[in-house]
Amino acid sequence: MSDDMTSTTPSPRRTSQDVLKKRTGSAPKGGGAGSGGTSLRGSRVRPGDLIFRSLSTGSAILIMAILAGVALFLIIQGVPAIVADWKTDPSLNEGFTLAYGNFWQYVGPLLFGTLFSSAIALVIGAPIGIGIALFISHYAPRRVAGFLGYIVDLLAAVPSVVFGLWGIIVIRPFLLPFSEWLNSNLGWIPLFGGQVSTTGSTILAGSVVLSVMILPIITSISREIFLQTPRLHEEAALALGSTRWEMIKLAVFPYAKSGIVSATLLGLGRALGETMAIAMIISPAILVSIRLITEGENSQTIAANIALNFPIASTLQRQALIGTGLMLFVISLAVNIIARSIVTRGSAGGGKRRRRPPLPVIPMSDSSSSAALNIVNADPRRDPVHAGSSTEGASL
Amino acid sequence: MTLLRQRAAQGGPPANALTSGQLPRFAEVSIIGGSAVASGLVLMLLGFNLVGWLVLTAVVYLVVLGVLSSIVENRRKATDRLVRGTVTVAFLLAIVPLVSTLYTVISRGISSLTLEFITQSRSSSFNADTLEVTNTPGALQAIVGTLIITGIAALISIPIGLFTSIYIVEYSLPGSWLARTVTMLVDVMTGIPSIVAGLFAFSLFSIIMGPQAFSGFSAAVALSVLMIPTVVRSCEEMLRLVPDDLREASLALGVSKFSTIVRIVLPTAIAGIVTGIMLSIARVIGETAPIFMAASFTDNFNANPFDGPMQTLPVMAYTGFAFPGPDIQASNNSAWGAALLLVLLVVLLNLIARIVARVFAPKGSR
Repeated sequence: MSDDMTSTTPSPRRTSQDVLKKRTGSAPKGGGAGSGGTSLRGSRVRPGDLIFRSLSTGSAILIMAILAGVALFLIIQGVPAIVADWKTDPSLNEGFTLAYGNFWQYVGPLLFGTLFSSAIALVIGAPIGIGIALFISHYAPRRVAGFLGYIVDLLAAVPSVVFGLWGIIVIRPFLLPFSEWLNSNLGWIPLFGGQVSTTGSTILAGSVVLSVMILPIITSISREIFLQTPRLHEEAALALGSTRWEMIKLAVFPYAKSGIVSATLLGLGRALGETMAIAMIISPAILVSIRLITEGENSQTIAANIALNFPIASTLQRQALIGTGLMLFVISLAVNIIARSIVTRGSAGGGKRRRRPPLPVIPMSDSSSSAALNIVNADPRRDPVHAGSSTEGASL
Repeated sequence: MTLLRQRAAQGGPPANALTSGQLPRFAEVSIIGGSAVASGLVLMLLGFNLVGWLVLTAVVYLVVLGVLSSIVENRRKATDRLVRGTVTVAFLLAIVPLVSTLYTVISRGISSLTLEFITQSRSSSFNADTLEVTNTPGALQAIVGTLIITGIAALISIPIGLFTSIYIVEYSLPGSWLARTVTMLVDVMTGIPSIVAGLFAFSLFSIIMGPQAFSGFSAAVALSVLMIPTVVRSCEEMLRLVPDDLREASLALGVSKFSTIVRIVLPTAIAGIVTGIMLSIARVIGETAPIFMAASFTDNFNANPFDGPMQTLPVMAYTGFAFPGPDIQASNNSAWGAALLLVLLVVLLNLIARIVARVFAPKGSR
C-alpha cells in the first residue's frame, strides 16, 4: 500500500505543474489588474466576479426551491383528493376509484404492492448484486475488472421501457413453466398458492425484471466500497493463512457492512419508484395479496397504477393519483435519507479511509453511487493525501 | 506442516510439500467441461433447452467442485472454491439479461427500422374506394419530440447543475450550512422516483394552464428535475479532481476568482464534465413515465414544445404495447422500432461520452 501511495501521489502534482505552465501564459494578463495594490483586503470586486458568484449561489438556492416545489405542488394537487369524501363524491364513484371509503383505503393496498414487489426484487437482486461486486473487486483479474464493471454499468443505461418490453417478450414465457412447477410442488406455501397464471403477467415476473434493473446500482456502490477496504487488513488476513473467502469475511465484509446496507437501500429506492416494468408486465388488482404467481391476484404498485390510470382519469381522480404519488415520494425520500445517513454514520465510525487507485473506468453512469461515495470519502479534495500521509507515518 | 507430519506418521505416499493436498490446476477447467457434457447428456434425454443446460452445468460444477475439494483438500478450501464459483456465476447471471435484452430489441426492432420509419411521421390515409384505412408507421414525430424535450431539459439542467457544483466546490466555505444542505438535497433528489417528477410537472402546469396541461415543455421540466442532481454530482466530482495547486497558483498570480474558475478550473475538468453531462442526458432520454405524464402521447407531428401533447421514443414504445391501434401487430412492430432507436441513441451518447473522456482528458492524470 505504501508503494501505491508514493507512486500515485506525485503524478497529479507533476501534471498540475505541466498544465499550469501551459496556462500561466494567458492567465495573469486576464486578471492581474486588480491585485496590483498593496492592500490585500481592499482589492475592488470585479463585476464578472460578483455576477458569477451570485449565479452559482443562486442556482444552489434554486435547487432547494425545486425540491420544495416538488413537494409543494404534489401537496397542493393531492390534498383535495385526500380529504375528499370518497363515498359521496360523484367523480370518485366511477372508473378506477369506484367503491373506496376514503383515500387511505385506496392507497393502502397500493403501498403494500409497492413495498412487496420491491422486497421480492431485493431478495433476488441484492445477493446477486453483492456477489457481482465481490467478483469484480476481489476475484476477477485486475486487468479486466474495470471492463467487467463497465458491462454491469451498461445495465443502468438500458431505458426502463426497453426492460419492460423485454419482460413481456422474454421473462413472462420464461417464468411460466417455473411458476407452474412451484405451484404444483410448493403450492402449500402461501407465496406460491392460488390459481397459477397462464399468461405469466405475475408480480414474480415484474419483480424479476425489477431485480435486473436494481443490479447496477447495488453492484456499483458495493464494488466501490469493497475496493476501499484497507489493503493492510486484507494482507494481514491472508498472511495469517486465511483463504480468500475467509479474508473477505474477516477484512472486507466488516469494513463494508454499512456500505452494503446502504447500497441495498438505494436499490430499494430505485425499485420503489420504478414504473414502466411493472406497468407493462403485471396484470394488476388493487388488493393485498402475497401470492406471487396468480392470475388477477397481483398487488398493484403506486407508480404503475399512476401510469396506467392517468390518461383515463377525471380531474379529481387525477388528484387522487397525485395523492398516491405524494405517498410514494415520501416513502422513497425516507428510504434514501436512511440509506445516506447509514453511509455517513458508517464512515464516521470507520475512521479515516484511504482510496485505493480507482478502477480504470470510473463508474459515472450511476449518480447515486458516486453520491454515496462522496459521503464515504468525506471531502475527497483534501483527505486522500492528508489522511494517507498520516496513516503512512503510523504504519511505518 | 501438521498435515505433512500426519502423512508421514501414517506412512502415506511422499508428498510434494508445495502441491500436496491441492487440486491440480486443470481441475476447475476439466470439471466445468465435464459438468457441461454430463448435464448436456442428461438434458438430451429429458428434452434440451439452453437455459436449463447452463443452469444444470453451473449446479453440477459447483457440487462436484465442492465435493472434490473437500475430499482432496479441506473444508475451508472447499468453501473458498464454492464461493469463487458462486460469485462468478452471479456475474454471468448479470450478463444474461443484458445480452438477452439487446438481442431481443435488435432482432425484433431491426425489421421496422427502415429509412421511411425514421424520416416519416406516422400517418393514416383513407381510401374511399375500398373503405380501407392504411397506416404508415413512422417515428419522425417521436424522434423530433425526444430531441426537443431532452434538449430543453439539458438547456435547463446544465447551467443550474454546473453553477451549483461550482458553488459547492469553489465558493462555499467548508462546512457552510448552505453547501451542506444543497449537497444533502441533491442526494435526496437523485432518489426522486421518475413518475413523481412527472406528476410534479403536471401539477405545476395544470395550475398555470388548466387541466389539460400537456406540453413538451412540461415534460422537459420533469426531466430536468431528474437530470439536475446527476449533473451536479458528476460536475462536482470532476471539479474536485482539479488539484488545489492549480487554483492556488492562479490566485497567487493575482487572477480573480472568476477568471480562475473560467480559465483554469473549468478547462482542466472539461472532459469529465462533458462526459458526465452526456451520461446524464443518456439517462433521462430513456425516461418514459415522466414524459408520459407531462407530455401525454400523440401520433401527430408536433414540434412546438409549448402547445399540445408531444410524442417521444420511449412513450411510443410504451403506447405501442399498452394502447395498440387496430392493427396490433403493426403497433407492436413500431414499438420495437422505437425501442431499438432509443437504445441506439443511448449507446451513441455513451460512446460519445467515453470518446470525449478519452480524447480530451488532461494528460497524465487518470
